[in-house]
Amino acid sequence: MLDLPLWALASKLAGKELTSVEVTQACLSRIAATDPKVGAFLRVDPEGALSAARAADASASRGPLHGVPVALKDNLLTAGVETTAGSQILAGFVPPTDATVTARLKAAGAVIVGKTNLDEFAMGSSTESSAFQKTKNPYALERTPGGSSGGSAAAVAARQVFGALGSDTGGSIRQPAALCNVVGLKPTWGRVSRSGVVAYASSLDQVGPLARSVRDAALLLQVIAGRDAHDATSADVAVPDFAATLEDGVKGLRIGLPREYFVEGMDPEVAAAIRDAAKTLEAAGATVREVSLPHTKHALAAYYVIAPAEASSNLARYDGVRFGHRAKDVKQLKDLYERSRAEGFGPEVKRRIMLGTFALSAGYHDAYYVKAQQVRTLIRRDFDQAFADVDVVLSAASPTCAWLLGEKLDDPLAMYLMDVLTLPTNLAGLPGLSVPTAKSSGGLPIGAQLIGKPFDEATLLRAARALERERTLDAWSPAL
Amino acid sequence: MISDFQPVIGLEVHAQLLTTSKLFSTAGTTFGAEPNTHTTPVCLGFPGALPVLNARVVELAIRTGLALECRVNEKSEWSRKHYFYPDSPKGYQITQYEFPICEWGGVTLELAGKRVRIRRIHIEEDAGKSVHDAADGLTLVDLNRVGTPLLEIVSEPDLRSADEAVEYLKILRDVLVSIGVNDGNLEEGSFRCDANVSVMRKGSEVYGTRCELKNLNSFRNIKLAIDTEIARHVDVLEGGGTIAQETRLFDVNRGETRSMRSKEDAQDYRYFPEPDLPLLLVTPEEIARAKATLPELPQAKRRRYVERLKLTEYDAGVLTAERGFSELFERCQAAAGVEPKKVANWFIGEVSRLLNESGVKPGEVKFSPAQFAALLMAIDAGTISQNAGKEVFGEMFHSGAEPAEVIARKGLAQVSDTGALEKVIDELIAANPPNVAAYRAGKVQVLGFFVGQVMKALKGKGNPKVINELLEQKLKG
Repeated sequence: MLDLPLWALASKLAGKELTSVEVTQACLSRIAATDPKVGAFLRVDPEGALSAARAADASASRGPLHGVPVALKDNLLTAGVETTAGSQILAGFVPPTDATVTARLKAAGAVIVGKTNLDEFAMGSSTESSAFQKTKNPYALERTPGGSSGGSAAAVAARQVFGALGSDTGGSIRQPAALCNVVGLKPTWGRVSRSGVVAYASSLDQVGPLARSVRDAALLLQVIAGRDAHDATSADVAVPDFAATLEDGVKGLRIGLPREYFVEGMDPEVAAAIRDAAKTLEAAGATVREVSLPHTKHALAAYYVIAPAEASSNLARYDGVRFGHRAKDVKQLKDLYERSRAEGFGPEVKRRIMLGTFALSAGYHDAYYVKAQQVRTLIRRDFDQAFADVDVVLSAASPTCAWLLGEKLDDPLAMYLMDVLTLPTNLAGLPGLSVPTAKSSGGLPIGAQLIGKPFDEATLLRAARALERERTLDAWSPAL
Repeated sequence: MISDFQPVIGLEVHAQLLTTSKLFSTAGTTFGAEPNTHTTPVCLGFPGALPVLNARVVELAIRTGLALECRVNEKSEWSRKHYFYPDSPKGYQITQYEFPICEWGGVTLELAGKRVRIRRIHIEEDAGKSVHDAADGLTLVDLNRVGTPLLEIVSEPDLRSADEAVEYLKILRDVLVSIGVNDGNLEEGSFRCDANVSVMRKGSEVYGTRCELKNLNSFRNIKLAIDTEIARHVDVLEGGGTIAQETRLFDVNRGETRSMRSKEDAQDYRYFPEPDLPLLLVTPEEIARAKATLPELPQAKRRRYVERLKLTEYDAGVLTAERGFSELFERCQAAAGVEPKKVANWFIGEVSRLLNESGVKPGEVKFSPAQFAALLMAIDAGTISQNAGKEVFGEMFHSGAEPAEVIARKGLAQVSDTGALEKVIDELIAANPPNVAAYRAGKVQVLGFFVGQVMKALKGKGNPKVINELLEQKLKG
C-alpha cells in the first residue's frame, strides 16, 4: 500500500477500497519504523493526523486529496502545531494561523502527518544546518538527502508519506528531489502563495510539491496553485488542469540543452545521464538542440548577494521580543537583541545575515546589491532568448549525486556550488522540475531538471512524464 | 547679529491617514484602544505574515497629491527601511524611497505671496509606541499604532522664518483636513512635523549645515523651537564655531533644543525594494476620479468669499475654517438670497455661538436653509426686529421649529401697518404741542421722544424704520 503513488491511493480512498485511518496508521507505523534511521521528521502529529483521517472517512465531501497522508516542510505554518523552520530561534513557536498552502491541502482533504526537517530557515543544500537533527538519504544512509527540503524529499522517498511540500529559493526542492529519486517541482514565482511561509528570500522563495510520480506532483500543484488575497505577489493567472495534458507526450516539443550547464567539476556520470535523457525524449518525438545561457557563470555570485540581502531583512523580526527564543537575564535592549539572536541562530544563518547586511550597507549597496540585480536581469534575458527557440530547457538538477554527510559542511563555497544548476531558475522566477532519470553506477539517484517559460508548469510536467514513462524509476524504492 | 543671517527651513510632515484599517493589515486604527488589541500577525511581524495594501490609502494619497498640486506617479515603489527597535516588529518599516507616489507640488503662503515647493509625498507605515514606565523602570510596547498609514510630505528648504514655517504648516493642515485625509490633530500626533533648520550669511547662496528638530507637537512649539534653533546657530557661528549636522530634540519645558544623535551615529537604513509587494500602479482613470471628487480647497474658498461674496478677509477666514461650517453657510446663503454679509454676520455670531454651546456639528443642525432664509426675510421685511430674530433662531436651532410659527406663538411680529401707526402718531402729536413746536423750531432730537412714545404705545412691537419715516413726515407738517 505504501508503494502506491499518491494519485492511485487517492483513487482507492475515493472508491472506499481503503480508509484514511488505515492508510494514515500505515504511514505512522512506517515513520516509527524508519525515521530513527532517516530523520526526515522534526515532528509527527499522530493524534492530529488520525483525527483528520477519521474526519475524512466520516465525511461525504471529497476533495482531490481526500484522506491522503502528506507532510509539510517545517517552514510552512500549521495552526496550533509548532513550526520552527529548523531554527532554535523559533523553537516552541506555535503559529496562530495556517499557511495558505496548508489551508489548501486541508481543504482538499489531505491528512497532515507531520513537519519535516530542513536546513535552518531553508538556508543550505544538505539539511545539515538544521538546528535539531540531520536527515539521511533513504537510498544511502551515510549520504545527504540534499537540501534544504531534505526532510520532505526523504520522507517521500522512504515511503513515509505519499507526498510532501517543500520550498525552493535556489534549488531546495529540485536538488533534494534529484538526490532522493523523487519528483520535485518549483513553480513560477507567484504561482503559489507565500502567505504563511517562513520567509528566507522573498523574491526567490516558492512552495512546491515533492512526490513519487509526476502525476502526484501535478495533483499537489493543482491544489496549492492560484491567486491568494493574502499574498500581494501571488499571480492572478489562470491555473490549467495539469493532469489533462500529462500524457500528451513530447512530439514536436523543442528541448534546449544549455551548454553552460555542463559545468566543470560536474560528475561525468550525471552529465551522461542528462544527455541520455535528451536522447530518450528525442526518441519520443521531441527535438533537442543546444542553447546558450551566457550569464550563468554569474548566477551563483548574484544569488549569494540577493538571497542573503533579503534574508538579513526577513530575519530582522527574530528579536526575542514577541515570539521565539529570548535570551535570559538581559538588562539592556541591545543585549536582548544581540544575545537572543546569537543564541537562536546557527552559523549558516549568521553567515548569510552578515553577508546580506554588508551587501545592503551604505557604500556597498551599489557595488553588490544593485549589481546583483543587474545580473539577475541579464539571466532572465538569457532565458527569454533561449525560449524564443525552445519550449523547455533540460539540465541536471545537481552537478553530483548525493555526497557523504559532513563532506562539505566546513566548506560553504563547495556547498553553495551544489545549487549552481538550480538557482538561475529562481533568479529568473521560472518554473523548474526535477524528475528521476538514472541510477548511478554507485546505486545513487540522478535527477534531470526541466526549466520552463513563466506559468508553463504544464509543459514541464508533460515532458517529465514522458521521461518517467521510459525510466520507471518510480518503482525503485529504498531498502530501509 | 541675528539680522546678518538668513534662516533656511525645510519641513517634513507626517500625517496619519483617516482610514478605518491599517496600511497593510485589516487591524483597526482607532486611537486610545486597549494596548496591543489592534494587531494581526501582519502588525506583529509574525513569520510568514505578508503585507496586503489597503486600496483606500492610495486613494487618499492621490487626493493629497492633487490638492497639493503634485505630479501623481503612475508607478511608484515600496521599500524596506531597516532599524532595530521594539516599536518596529518586523525590524523594518515599509515606506517609499526611490520612487514616491507624488512629487513636485507646492503651496502658496498668503502673507508673502510666496511659493513653497513640496519635493515629494510618500506613503509609509507608522511605528508602535514605547511607553517608559518610570515607576518600575520598565519599557512597555504598544503595537496598536504599528502599520497605521502615514503620508510623509517633504518640502524644499524654501521657508525663511519660523512664521513662514507655521503658516505653511497651517495651510497644509487646512488642506489635509478639508479633503478628509487627516484630522489635523497635533496633540495626538496624527499631524506631526520635523523641521530642518540652518542659517547662512545674508547674500550667501550656500546653505549652512542643517539640524533636524524633532518633538514639535504644537504650532506654538514649532515656532519656538525653530526660533530657538536659529538663535543657537547664529550664536555658534558668531562665536566662530561650526554647526554639526545632527538631530535635536526640542525640550518644551526648558525652551531649548538638545542633541539627540549626530550624523556619525545616523543609522544605515539599508533600503531596498520590498519584495513582498508589487510596484504601486495608479491608472490615469484613478487620478481623474480623485480630481473629480476633490472639494474646493480652503485657500481658493477664502479667495472666492472675498472676491465674489465681497466678504472681509477676516469673515472669509472664520467661515472657511471648518468645512462643515462653510458648507452650511453656503447652503443658507444660497437659500436666503440676501447680501452675503448679512448671512456671514449671523454665522459668525449666532450660528457659531449656538454650535459651540450645543456641540452640534454643522452637518447635523435641526433648522433647514429654507427656514433660515425665512427668518432673514422676516427681519429684512421688518416683520420682526433683529433681537426678536435671535430669539426665533434660538428656537429654530434647538427644535427645528418654523420661524413663522415661533413668531406667531410668541407674538414677535412688529407693527408695520402704516394705518395703525398713523393713528398712534396722530394722537401723540395732538397731545404734545410743545414738543411738536420744538421739533419744528429745529430741535430734531425731540424725534427720539416721539419714537419712544410710539414704541411704548405699541409695547415695543412697532417697526422702528417705519415709525421714523412716518414721524418725520408728520412732524414736518
